[in-house]
Amino acid sequence: MGAQVLTITSGKGGVGKTTAVANLAVALAADGARVACIDGDIGLRNLDVVMGLENRIVYDVVDVIEGRCRLRQAMIRDKRLPELYLIPAAQTRDKSAVTPSDMIRLCNELRAEVDWVIIDSPAGIERGFKNSIAAADRVLVLTNPEVSAVRDADRVIGILEAEEKGTPALIINRLNPVMVKQHDMLSADDVLDLLAIKLIGIVPEDEGVIVGSNRGNPVALEPKSRAGQAFRNIAKRLKGENVPFMDLDAGTSLWSRLMGRK
Amino acid sequence: MFNFFKPKKSAANAKERLQLVLIHDRTDLTPAELDALKDDLLDVISKHVDIQPDEVRIGLERDGRSQRLVADIPLRSMSRRRGG
Repeated sequence: MGAQVLTITSGKGGVGKTTAVANLAVALAADGARVACIDGDIGLRNLDVVMGLENRIVYDVVDVIEGRCRLRQAMIRDKRLPELYLIPAAQTRDKSAVTPSDMIRLCNELRAEVDWVIIDSPAGIERGFKNSIAAADRVLVLTNPEVSAVRDADRVIGILEAEEKGTPALIINRLNPVMVKQHDMLSADDVLDLLAIKLIGIVPEDEGVIVGSNRGNPVALEPKSRAGQAFRNIAKRLKGENVPFMDLDAGTSLWSRLMGRK
Repeated sequence: MFNFFKPKKSAANAKERLQLVLIHDRTDLTPAELDALKDDLLDVISKHVDIQPDEVRIGLERDGRSQRLVADIPLRSMSRRRGG
């Protein structure tokens, strides 16, 4: 059986794609799967620092595509999990170094090596995005409960449907349950009603995510982290397990729950 | 803190605004283009039947991820035409 190629994209930048890729990869690998992540953001390499692997990079994705190294040489092994690998983005300014057919070839080669290939798409709907979805078997669209992120997510969903990539599944990231209760943030139901696609996970806003990325330790490795739990749940759903959605109110204080209630 | 009994509803605001914006994004029709379409549509229909222009309702509606152009165009009845 070959690997599943999964792409995470969003349209808008800064909504948490890279964090989501790192966390889903870690969650799947911690569960025993072989996982390779590809940083699709040529020129703006980031997944390496979020995963804490920036000091191990020798070769990058463009080196593999242009034949300067073998695939295995560009697969950086994670420091915590033995079957988790990162293929970093190149820091070259030439974004045309990679084409959609390069990505399809690269992913086909990776399919034999691992169980999951997870591609971190750059923001936008241009070349890097097209490269990132070219080889995808499944696409996850990530958004925040915020007008600009939802609008861009809708645009990307439309493009994916037009390119016959199928309807993607949705991750709502950085949902703040207290603000939702106060009716000052779109609820998960609101976002789902607007975007009208299938939900695969809701990740609550969690300061631990920034602490984790400061240290290069994705929160999915922290047993007590709520965001980490949400990412572990998404990883299970990706494998086809039926995991109920978390009770997001449980994490808010009694005071804020009373404040939000009316 | 004294807003406790009167919560702001900015989320409802966000949702309403997004509903409109997404319809126009998805159809690639600006509100002005939609108005032009309505005018053309009414011109064509008026060539064949008498309509009641004040009661016409034409708009885009969402149905999941697809949009539909819904038109409700009341026709002037024959008896009224004869009478008037």
